[in-house]
Amino acid sequence: MKRAVHGALLALLCAAGSLAAGREATPTLAVCLGCHGASGNSLLANVPSLGGQPSPYLVIQLYLFREKLRSSPVMYEATKALSDADLQQFADNLATLPAPAFPSAPPEDRARVERARTVAAKHRCGACHQPDFYGHDNIPRLAGQREDYLALSLRAYKSNLRPGYDASMAEVLAPVTDADIADLAYFLARLH
Amino acid sequence: MVIRISRYSRVVVLAAMLLGAACAIAQTPPPNPALVGRPDTDEARMLAPIAPPPLPTPADKLPLNLLKAPKGFTVEVYMAGVPNAREMCVGERGTVFVGSRLIGKVHAIVNRDGKRQVKVIASGLHRPNGVACHDGTLYIAELSRITRIEKIEDNLDTPPPPTLVYDDLPKDEAHGWKFIAVGPDGKLYVPVGQPCNNCLPPPTHGQIRRMNLDGSAVEVVARGVRNTVGFDWNPVTKELYFTDNGRDWLSEDIPEDELNRLTKVGEHFGAPYCYQGNIADADFGWGHSCSEFTPPVALMGPHAAALGMRFYTGTMFPAEYHNAIFVARHGSWNRTKKFGGDIVVVKLKDDGSVRSVEPFITGFLKQDNTYAGRPVDVSFLKDGSMLISDDYNGAIYRVSYAGGRGAAQ
Repeated sequence: MKRAVHGALLALLCAAGSLAAGREATPTLAVCLGCHGASGNSLLANVPSLGGQPSPYLVIQLYLFREKLRSSPVMYEATKALSDADLQQFADNLATLPAPAFPSAPPEDRARVERARTVAAKHRCGACHQPDFYGHDNIPRLAGQREDYLALSLRAYKSNLRPGYDASMAEVLAPVTDADIADLAYFLARLH
Repeated sequence: MVIRISRYSRVVVLAAMLLGAACAIAQTPPPNPALVGRPDTDEARMLAPIAPPPLPTPADKLPLNLLKAPKGFTVEVYMAGVPNAREMCVGERGTVFVGSRLIGKVHAIVNRDGKRQVKVIASGLHRPNGVACHDGTLYIAELSRITRIEKIEDNLDTPPPPTLVYDDLPKDEAHGWKFIAVGPDGKLYVPVGQPCNNCLPPPTHGQIRRMNLDGSAVEVVARGVRNTVGFDWNPVTKELYFTDNGRDWLSEDIPEDELNRLTKVGEHFGAPYCYQGNIADADFGWGHSCSEFTPPVALMGPHAAALGMRFYTGTMFPAEYHNAIFVARHGSWNRTKKFGGDIVVVKLKDDGSVRSVEPFITGFLKQDNTYAGRPVDVSFLKDGSMLISDDYNGAIYRVSYAGGRGAAQ
C-alpha cells in the first residue's frame, strides 16, 4: 500500500513536469519516460510499461485521458493542453520504444502459469491480443507488462471503473474471477 | 491489418457452421459476444470488430478522390473534424447534429456567416450514438438513457445540459448503442438490441419500442430485432422500415443483413430463431420455422452492417430517387473478404415492396480489402442534398446533384 502511494506521488510529480513541458513547442518523450521508464520498462508501481505498445492503442489512451473518458488525474493533467496532433506525435514516438526486454518478476510458479493459460484460452484473450500477446493496432501488448498494472487494469475493466474505448473488455471479463485475474497478471507479466 | 483470403472458403464455411454450433453450446457463461461462435481456424481467428481511431482525419487526407457517385452527382467534404461521427439530424435552421459511439460527445455543425464550424453540444455522455431533431428539440440516445435539449438552435453557444426523457433501458454494452427517430405519429422510437451476437434475449431486448416524447406510454412495436441501427417511415404509407444486422460466425456468406417493413404493431422479425427470412438459426432455429416470422423486404448483404437509412423526399435528386431509401452500409468485419462500405439506394414499388437495391456512393472499401472510411448514416439538408457520416475518419460528406442544370447551387 505504502509503495502504491509512493508510486502515485512520484507519478504526480512526473505529470507536473510533463505539463510544463507540454506547453513548450515540440512534445518530447522525456516527459513520459520519467514515469514510464526510459527503456520502455516502468519501474513504478501501477504505472504501465509502454515499450512495444502499438501507436493506435497509445493514441486512443491519450485521447481518453485528455477527454476524461479514462479517469486518471495525473494523465489528465499531462494531456489536457495537448492538441490532436500532439497526441498523435506522442503515440508515434512512444511506439518506437523497445518492448520490455526482461520480465521484472521472480521465477515462474508453473501451476499458476498453467491455470492462467487455461483461463486465457477459455476467454480467447489471444484472439485480439494475438497468441503471443504482443498486441497490434488498437489492441495493447500484454506480454512483459507490469504484473500490478495488469491486475489493476483487468479489475478496472471488470468493474467498469475503466469502461474502455469500445467496451469489449468489460464484456470479456464479466465471467472472470478475481483469482483468475491475479493468475492472468502473473502469467502475462512473465511473457516476453 | 492485412487479411488473407482463404482458398478453402467452402471448407471454412462448413467448419464455421459446425464449430459455431458446438462452441455456442459449450460456452457458458459467454465471453466477448463478438467472439461467441467463432470457429478456431486461422482464417476466422484474424477477424474481429474494427475500432475507428478517436482522432478525425484532416480534411486534406479524406478519401474524397476514392468515392464514386452516379453521373451528375458530386461528393464533397461538408465538414472534417467531427470525431467518430455517427447518427445525424438536421435542425430547422440547418444545424447538423452528430452523435458519437466511442468518444462521449454530441457535436453540432453550425452555419454562421456562410462559414461552418464544429461545436461540442454535450460531452461526458455514455455512447451517445443517437440524435433526433424534432420541433426545435434535440433528443440524444445514450446507451441506457434518452435525454433532450429544448430550443437547441437558440442555445448553440451555451447549450444547457440534457434533461432526462427515459431511462428504463438495459445497460448491456453489446448492441447497446442506439439509433433513434421521431415517427410521423409524433412518437419517439427507441431500439433495444440483443445483448449478444446470438442468444435467446430476455423479453426486454431484441425489439423496437415507441413512446411519447416525454418518455411515457411505452409500447413494443417490433420484436425479433437483433440490432437495428437505422429506420425511417415510408412517406406515402407511413410504415416503419428498418435495417437489422444479421448474426456473426454462421458463415462468410450468410446470413445477410435485413431491410424490414413493419405493417402491424408487435410483429416478430425472426431473431434469433430465423435470419434473413429463410435460414433457421443453427443454434436457436430448432423447433421453429421461418414461416412463423415476418420476412425482410430486402437482403442487404452478408455482414454488410446496413446502418442508417432515410427515405428521400427532397427535390434536388432526379425523380427516380423520389421516395427511395438510401442506406449506409458500414462494411463488414466478420468476413474475410470485406463487403459493404457504401451507400445503396433501395427503390420501392407502389405497394411498398422492393423493386431494386443499387449502389449509389461506393469506394469506402478499397481494392486491398481495407477501409478508406466507413459510412454510418445519411441525412438530408433542406436543399435536398445528402449528408453522409463517416465514423472512421470523423467526417461528414455532402452529395449534390447538378445533372443537366449546371452547378448545384
